[in-house]
Amino acid sequence: MTLLTALIAIGLLALLFGAVLGYAAIRFKVDSDPLVDQIDDILPQTQCGQCGYPGCKPYAQAIADGDDINKCPPGGEATIRKLADLLGVEAKPLNAAQTENVKRVAYIREDECIGCTKCIQACPVDAIVGASKLMHTVLVDECTGCDLCVEPCPVDCIDMIPLASTPERWKWDLAAIPVRMVE
Amino acid sequence: MPSLFKQIQAGTIWDFHGGIHPPSRKQSTSQKPAAVMPLPDRLYIPLRQHIGVAGQLLVKTGERVLKGQPLTSADNSMTVPVHAPTSGTVLQITPHTSPHPSALPELTLVLEPDGLDEWREREPLNFASSDKMQLLNRIQESGIAGMGGAGFPTHLKTGVNQPVDYLIINAVECEPYITADDLLIQEAATTIVKGIDILCRLLNPKAVLIGIEDDKPIAAAAMMAACSQREHYYVREVPTKYPSGGEKQLIQLLTNKEVPNGRRPLDIGIVMQNVGTAFAIAQAVLDDHPLISRIVTVTGDTLSQPQNVIALLGTPVSDLLQYCGFQPEPVQRVIMGGPMMGFTLPDLSVPVVKTTNCILAPTAKEMPAPAQEMDCIRCSACADACPASLLPQQLLWYSKAKDTDKLKEYNLADCIECGACAYVCPSEIPLVQYYRVAKAELREQQREALKAEQAKARFEARNARLEREKQERLERNQQLAAARQQQQQASGANTAVVDALARIKAKQTQAAASEDERSKAQLQAERELKKQQAREYQQQKAKAAQQQADAEPSSVQQPSATAAVSDKASAVAAAIARAKAKKAAQQTEPADTDNTAAKSTDNADAQHQTDPRKAAIAAAIARAKAKQQTQQVQDATADNNAEPAGEVASPPPATESDPRKAAVAAALARAKAKKAQDSAKGNEQTEQVTSAQPAEPDEAGKSITGASEPTDKDTDPRKAAIAAAIARAKARKQADSEKS
Repeated sequence: MTLLTALIAIGLLALLFGAVLGYAAIRFKVDSDPLVDQIDDILPQTQCGQCGYPGCKPYAQAIADGDDINKCPPGGEATIRKLADLLGVEAKPLNAAQTENVKRVAYIREDECIGCTKCIQACPVDAIVGASKLMHTVLVDECTGCDLCVEPCPVDCIDMIPLASTPERWKWDLAAIPVRMVE
Repeated sequence: MPSLFKQIQAGTIWDFHGGIHPPSRKQSTSQKPAAVMPLPDRLYIPLRQHIGVAGQLLVKTGERVLKGQPLTSADNSMTVPVHAPTSGTVLQITPHTSPHPSALPELTLVLEPDGLDEWREREPLNFASSDKMQLLNRIQESGIAGMGGAGFPTHLKTGVNQPVDYLIINAVECEPYITADDLLIQEAATTIVKGIDILCRLLNPKAVLIGIEDDKPIAAAAMMAACSQREHYYVREVPTKYPSGGEKQLIQLLTNKEVPNGRRPLDIGIVMQNVGTAFAIAQAVLDDHPLISRIVTVTGDTLSQPQNVIALLGTPVSDLLQYCGFQPEPVQRVIMGGPMMGFTLPDLSVPVVKTTNCILAPTAKEMPAPAQEMDCIRCSACADACPASLLPQQLLWYSKAKDTDKLKEYNLADCIECGACAYVCPSEIPLVQYYRVAKAELREQQREALKAEQAKARFEARNARLEREKQERLERNQQLAAARQQQQQASGANTAVVDALARIKAKQTQAAASEDERSKAQLQAERELKKQQAREYQQQKAKAAQQQADAEPSSVQQPSATAAVSDKASAVAAAIARAKAKKAAQQTEPADTDNTAAKSTDNADAQHQTDPRKAAIAAAIARAKAKQQTQQVQDATADNNAEPAGEVASPPPATESDPRKAAVAAALARAKAKKAQDSAKGNEQTEQVTSAQPAEPDEAGKSITGASEPTDKDTDPRKAAIAAAIARAKARKQADSEKS
């Protein structure tokens, strides 16, 4: 009799927990892999495709699936370090030979532009405005400096120019302010 | 324990952590009345003198402007305009060194005063009868931005909806040397109090606290006298300590409240305004006098007359210094702002702006250049001095390591950059400079993060759009297909009609045929007649032919003659083909030297190349070699020159390393192709001669191509020539690029 009671009790408990777990699985369902989003947040979102994937999100997915973390030249060493911290792997040097990390934006020499719209189609963030047979121009604030518009231009009228520094973006020069008072 | 308000009323003054006591050096300027600068030759007015964005320009180069006329518009809330400080002509609008530590050029309007000082029309407001919006608009249109140093637009700070407990007027002026606010209170305390009245009208605070450092007894007395009629205005003398004039520090001194990390004073019911701002508000509202001048302390031991000067905004620093008797030293530093928080000016054309309170030109003895930086000895003097209760040593550590996460963790953003840590450091470490760099880095990172987020959103929006367009296209196509199908079905219904029509037509023709049957007999007769006529004509023709044959006896030799003619014709055809090939080659390669080289190679190889197939293969190999060569990265061009063309005529593949050789090889390929064509022609001729068969000229042309076709399609002479020319052009291009 005690055996039967025990079996029934255990069985009821098992059913209860099963129901709770089953409900929790539905109620607290995670839609996407949170790791991919975390990685995506670290990536610089230039959408340049230099990693070999069509955008930052696909590369984030690839990293989550085990791809190398050192394929992002715009992010540079800082991004690699963060990714290494997040994923618990060793930081590798950047595989591309690209070492300069100057912020650049595309600039269209407007009198040379023939209005072919090829760069507009290439821009991953819709930062080029213009229409067919009309001059195009780049929205500097939205440009991520991904270089993707330079190649398609048939007349080579797109330059990547370093972003001019402004007083807001200026980083203090240590040598410039030798102000100190001694008494 | 009495309530906070009771304590404040009772005159309690609290204290803040840290702080230093540098020598104040204010005596040289605080006892003299403020002088009014004569008009300078040029005024340099930066279009943006506050935190925010510059307004739209309202004037053009060459335009005459009146004193107080707005030069930019206040078109959005983050914008305050700048005004013409005096009447004159706009000389130009150009980037000019900005009064900022970076000294980066900013858009600046250059004004040439005409000396008339002619005012625009002014309409003072009666502040008692005007509403809040009017007052706020007037404050914004008068270009008032915080005059304590930050330059935050005042209308934003005063146009708040949150309840305000205390309005604090900052007249502490804790930084050494500076006496601008001190002088302003001494000379215009009543106007300042009017400004405070306007602020009270806008903010409705419980009490107004006016903080003045206790080393300014004259100013404090003047202020107390001016406030004697207002019962909830409290003038509080705070002990002299640097940096008690900091916003958070003064709040702590006067109310014992701390502004939480990352929040504003408004969140704890406090608004702070500088005493200079209160003065500017009073002027703007009561006199319609926009912010076009300010009081500036010009001091330092290199000046014979250090004093406070009421200077027009845009006055170059050099003019101010000259006015005060500037005797520069060999390596003279001029500092804008105080000695603790100011910055060295790169040149003296920098103008006075709304936030400029001091120009300091010290001697080297007075303010020596910074000594050699030494290692941190962990004495923690900086931590004791820090008014924000931070841990400067740790921050220095992480700043040097650029560890932004740790810097955030240690609240670098709360650093007010007062420089107390650097002042007390026995190792002469310029700590505050490290923090400035690190803070700029942090800000940049935040900006980057924001931009990345925007870029991501835009990227996703674009992808969504592309996807949507694709779907729409698909749907449209489907719709079109459906429409076509429907049309077809509809036209299927039509076919029934067409069939019916066809049937009717067929019936009609049948009817016509039945009519024709009647005249069948007639037709047969006509046919017989025609046959007869044809037979007669043929007989006549045969007779004529016989007569002609008898008349020409040499007609027996005809076969051999036609063979000779056809030989000639085929030769002509081949020549034409060759000429065409050459022409094609010359079109792409105009250089004569290569042609001669080709000729020489042609001659050299003429003896031992007869089989067209072999020639074609050789040509193909040569072309391939040329191509390979163009792809190779070639080095020195120096040893190219010595090679004579004759020698290069048959180059071995191993020595092919310079562009010239590649060109020669290409030429060789062309020559071989030509020869292949020649020999093909030769074969054709011999064949024709031996067989002695008549052949038309175009047949000969066909046979040439026919002979070369089985080897390779590239051996078509023209094609080969063109390919060779292209290869040559490539080689040349590479050579050029290497030379350059």
